[in-house]
Amino acid sequence: MDWPTILFYLFAALTVGCGILVVANPFSNNPVTSAMFLVLTILWLAGLYVLLHAFFLAAVQILVYAGAVMVLFLFVIMLLDLRAEEKRKIKVFSLVGGLLAIGGIGAVFLGSVLKAQWPLAGAPAIEGGTAPLGKLLFAQYLLPFEIISVLLLVAMIGVILLSKRELK
Amino acid sequence: MNVGLEHYIVVSGILFCLGLLGVILRRNLLVIYMGLELMLNAANLALVAFSRFNNQLDGQVFVFFVITVAAAEVAVGLALIVALYRRRESAHVEDLASLKL
Repeated sequence: MDWPTILFYLFAALTVGCGILVVANPFSNNPVTSAMFLVLTILWLAGLYVLLHAFFLAAVQILVYAGAVMVLFLFVIMLLDLRAEEKRKIKVFSLVGGLLAIGGIGAVFLGSVLKAQWPLAGAPAIEGGTAPLGKLLFAQYLLPFEIISVLLLVAMIGVILLSKRELK
Repeated sequence: MNVGLEHYIVVSGILFCLGLLGVILRRNLLVIYMGLELMLNAANLALVAFSRFNNQLDGQVFVFFVITVAAAEVAVGLALIVALYRRRESAHVEDLASLKL
């Protein structure tokens, strides 16, 4: 086995393991623990992006997700001073419904994975560096880019309005 | 054995199912939000993998947009949760059932 293969299995196992600990941590019910494991999941995903030669996206993933979004999450958790979620009984109906939904999605997914014709592995020559991505972003995808900037402005104004003490 | 597209897609599918499980089973609004983030990240991984193995950069541009929209969504959603918490003193979905018949 060569290095990229070993690294892929390592990163994939760590991503899935930390993802499980985000959703169902047997040792702690504290939202802060979940948030910390989500940070770890995002970091390992950035590792997978590097293996896929998407270097710019790996950097953006770490800067935006692990840097900004998760800090916002932790900030809100600590602001609200949420203590460990008290153990309430999970309703049987929601448990069965949830497992059924996930089983259904998993079955559809597995069926399509098994049926698909996979391209021959090998010789993808694409590099996701800043230069090719920037060329695409500012030429072919200029309009969506501008719309996204307007969306960010709208979100910013909305958040300021929502965090006022009196909602009118 | 070479790592191909299917390996990445399987990882992405597992991650998506985990996020969905979190959204359905957990009762804390913030943890439900984290499940949503997990699902978005799974979709991003699938997009990047398809982009690489199809030799097209468009998928990565799309992931860039998804990350931006997710950041905006998190900001607005957390502001809503804070406003809700001020009013109801709870971030537990079963305490927020006034719309229920």
